[in-house]
Amino acid sequence: MTLEFLVASAIGVLVAGGIYLSLRARTFQVVLGLTLFSYAVNLFLFASGRLTIDRPPILQKGVTDYADPLPQALVLTAIVITFGMTALAVVLSLRSFLETGSDQVDGNECAGDQDDCSDVTAEPHG
Amino acid sequence: MALQLTLYLLVLLPFFAALLIAMVSAKGLAWHSGLAAAGSAVGLVIVLVLAGRVLDGEVLAVSAPWVPALGLDFALMLDPLGLLFALMILGIGLLVVIFGHFYLAPTEATGRFFASLMLFQGAMLGIVISGNILLLLVFWELTSLSSFLLIGFWKHKAEARQGARMALAVTGGGGLVLIAGMVLLGTLAGSFDLMTILQRGDLVQASALYPVMLILILIGCFTKSAQFPFHFWLPHAMAAPTPVSAYLHSATMVKAGVFLLARLWPVLSGTELYTIIVSGTGLITMLFGAWVALFRHDLKSILAYSTISQLGLLVMLLGFSIKLAAVGAVLHIINHAAFKAALFMSAGIVDHETGTRDIRKLGGLVKAMPITALVATLAAASMAGLPPFGGFISKEMMLDETLHIALFGLPWLVPLVATVAATLSVAYSLRFAIHLFFGEPRDVQVHAKAHDPGAGMWASPAFLVVLAVLLGLIPMALAGPLVSAAAGAVLGEVAPPLGLALWHGINPALGMSVAAVVAGTLLLWQHAPLLRAYQSVRHLDAKVLFERVMAFADKRVRKLIVALHRPSLQRMLLAAFAVVVALFIEGAMDGGGSLTGPRVGQPASVVAVIAWGLLIAATIAVVLAQRQRFLVLVYVSVIGLVIALAFVHLSAPDLALTQISVEVVTILLLLLALNLLPKTPPQLSSKGRRLRDGMLALAGGLGVGGAAWAMLTRNANDPISAYHIANSYTGGGGTNIVNVTLVDFRGFDTLGEIIVLGIAGLAIYALLDTATRGAAGARLGTWQEDMPHSPERHPVMFVMATRILLPLVLAVGIYIFLRGHNEPGGGFIAALVIAIAFLLQYLASGFDWTDARRKVGEHLLIGSGVLVALATGLGSLVFGANFLTSAFGYFDIPLVGEVELATAMLFDIGVLAVVFGAVMMALAQLSQIAQRAARAHAASLAAQQEEGQ
Repeated sequence: MTLEFLVASAIGVLVAGGIYLSLRARTFQVVLGLTLFSYAVNLFLFASGRLTIDRPPILQKGVTDYADPLPQALVLTAIVITFGMTALAVVLSLRSFLETGSDQVDGNECAGDQDDCSDVTAEPHG
Repeated sequence: MALQLTLYLLVLLPFFAALLIAMVSAKGLAWHSGLAAAGSAVGLVIVLVLAGRVLDGEVLAVSAPWVPALGLDFALMLDPLGLLFALMILGIGLLVVIFGHFYLAPTEATGRFFASLMLFQGAMLGIVISGNILLLLVFWELTSLSSFLLIGFWKHKAEARQGARMALAVTGGGGLVLIAGMVLLGTLAGSFDLMTILQRGDLVQASALYPVMLILILIGCFTKSAQFPFHFWLPHAMAAPTPVSAYLHSATMVKAGVFLLARLWPVLSGTELYTIIVSGTGLITMLFGAWVALFRHDLKSILAYSTISQLGLLVMLLGFSIKLAAVGAVLHIINHAAFKAALFMSAGIVDHETGTRDIRKLGGLVKAMPITALVATLAAASMAGLPPFGGFISKEMMLDETLHIALFGLPWLVPLVATVAATLSVAYSLRFAIHLFFGEPRDVQVHAKAHDPGAGMWASPAFLVVLAVLLGLIPMALAGPLVSAAAGAVLGEVAPPLGLALWHGINPALGMSVAAVVAGTLLLWQHAPLLRAYQSVRHLDAKVLFERVMAFADKRVRKLIVALHRPSLQRMLLAAFAVVVALFIEGAMDGGGSLTGPRVGQPASVVAVIAWGLLIAATIAVVLAQRQRFLVLVYVSVIGLVIALAFVHLSAPDLALTQISVEVVTILLLLLALNLLPKTPPQLSSKGRRLRDGMLALAGGLGVGGAAWAMLTRNANDPISAYHIANSYTGGGGTNIVNVTLVDFRGFDTLGEIIVLGIAGLAIYALLDTATRGAAGARLGTWQEDMPHSPERHPVMFVMATRILLPLVLAVGIYIFLRGHNEPGGGFIAALVIAIAFLLQYLASGFDWTDARRKVGEHLLIGSGVLVALATGLGSLVFGANFLTSAFGYFDIPLVGEVELATAMLFDIGVLAVVFGAVMMALAQLSQIAQRAARAHAASLAAQQEEGQ
């Protein structure tokens, strides 16, 4: 197995998990989905500089070959912005829950696709 | 230069006046009307000063680019046609302001009234002196909007609101169609400059798109000028105060459509299509309006339908595509403005003094109101087209021209219909005067209190009536040069010689005119039986029809919106993801080639494979363990940890540090939120939906993963990174290329990013600070703790450990910050590390203890951070360098050694402050909310205990 395969497959799995969770009806799951999705996006961005081992982009005398610094700089701010976005999404969902008493993404137990209202498998809380 | 300023001043003056009036709206009526009158008067003087040059054949034009890419210039052009309309707009505007001053009660919102009126005046003036058709459209829309405000001025009346809405819907809708037509016209002519377009009539008419363009423009004109079948808004607009009606429906608003027809006459007219549509529409409107006007009872309604009829006459004359007919139209525009404004004002006076506008209750007012009766009767006589008034001359011209046109190949059709319409207009004009002022009073009560108003009120209509009379007696001296020049501007060439006079000898037009007067008088004599016959027939109510159409459209649009844009996040996300996945598939099919590229991969170590396995397992666990939300957080942190390790392994120490510290604050944040949120979803989606979403997720994962694979197995295509590596030390003064990129090469990006982060922090504050009110506050107050708690709220060991740790972590944070330019670290990471140290205090010692010791608020941190970063960037401008260029130098400090000081560090301090502030803001606010909820819970527990005792 190559490193490239590991990274690419990890990105794929994270995206799949992110999409699936983003489509759920509860705000907390959607926030989790966003988090997974952000991991994948940041990894993808980072990978666009290709994978390099043991050559951090810190200038040293006599060394001419470094990992690509540009995607790293972009991803660094992206990670911090991701936090800002997650925090805002969490607070939005909390406020929406406090306002409506429901953590359904549309703020209404029966809003949106009617599936969530009628066609549900009510499992016991666990 | 002076001319330029004068024209701009002319068009901007009314807007300035409107603004001034709005600013002194708290003052009295005299301020408002005084400013409006001053604005109109100054404008009028400017136009009169310029009039000489314009009549001498000079076209005054100025132009300044506005949106050059669209061909939109702020171009103004004063030619004789524009001059004629500007004189009417400002002159009648001034008279209306004077009239309005006496008409309106000082207790009304006169500031709003006169401000709207001046807004309208400016918009109207803009239409007639625009030199660019796109600019004309801007002013055209402004007239629709400002007339909406004026018609709906008495907003407490339902009919005023409905009338305003209807006028806006019809004229505004027509305006939209006009935009399409004008853009098409500009495209066909190759320019949006009016002068250029007027010279390219042949080019435009030769185009295959000419019919489309023509019909679009005509719809715009017909809606504005209330032509059948768009006429119905005008009678309903009579809900406006009478000064508004006198202004909008005599000289301005409804004349805008006529003006545009005249303005574009050289380009549009002359084709068979044009002649049939325009003269046909005008003819029908003239006849229809005159017929209905005969049977109305409300004075203003009579005038409204007569206006429709007279506008029809003007449109018909312009539609003949005959030069002399266009000259007649210009003359009648002046006549109509004079007598119709006077009539509206007279109706307003009668309403003002008697309290009613119903002609069936009035009558014999000549004894009580002799001045008003004189004014109104003379104006009505001009409307009827009786000699020796101006209306007679233009009606003669109109009847004469009808003999030259053979619509549908029938030479008798137009003269006959025109004579019938003239007959009807004689009848309704005479009825207006005779039923109102002569005969016996029908309602004694109304009559008892009637008397002439003060001179201020009758001065304006009287002045107009004098004009109407003089236009008949000395037409050539009074209006000859202006009409001749304006007609020339309409035609685009020298107008045929004018011979305006009352007596042209015995000719067919005179015969038709005499016949109309005789027949009209007979009609009025037989009015009562005619009225009974008219009322016995059921008439279509345009208003009901309009409302039905609107209701239908409203319903349909609502259905469409719900179908297309259901307010459900899930549905929207599903659609978005599905589209992206479809695009991926389409792109993959289209691109061809192989997924795997030629680049040779690097073998993965066993540790890497194990870490990968952990990440995959944790992701799957996150998806599956939806019910145990706390457990999920553990899985998420595993993912974050593996990614941080991957960054270490893959030569990205800065990213690893950032990722690991962000991971900590993110988990803390989610924990805090989860404290208040439901710990487990009440129900799950159906199996079918889970399957559908799973399939989509799988497809998406395969697509993005495949894309990543394809990218990683190919070499980068000439990246620009070499520049950063080469210039990091020499240009940016640091050996950590990532940090130099952040604070120097791409400092502008970073500045934008910290601003976004700061906004997110403030938004969080806004969301949570207000959460204690309303429904959310009530819910917080009754919140029940549903988590098991440690018996000890603040464990001593934990508290002591975190307090000892604080200075240590702070030292580490400063160290990370300082070395950031040369070694892994920097403002972002330092901020996160310091934030964690403080958050630990909140966790261990509680919100209140920590919050009380906080010296600097998060707002200040965010704001000053952004300002420091910005100031650093601007500082480089002072030294003549580009925004955010960094400067650096090395200084030898005794004992410490060589130290580098760079402006980039100052920028990094700004970054640190913002990131720290935003992170603290989010978490502190969340924990404060939780604190409040917990306190409420404790209070309710205590209350229960008391009850128990």
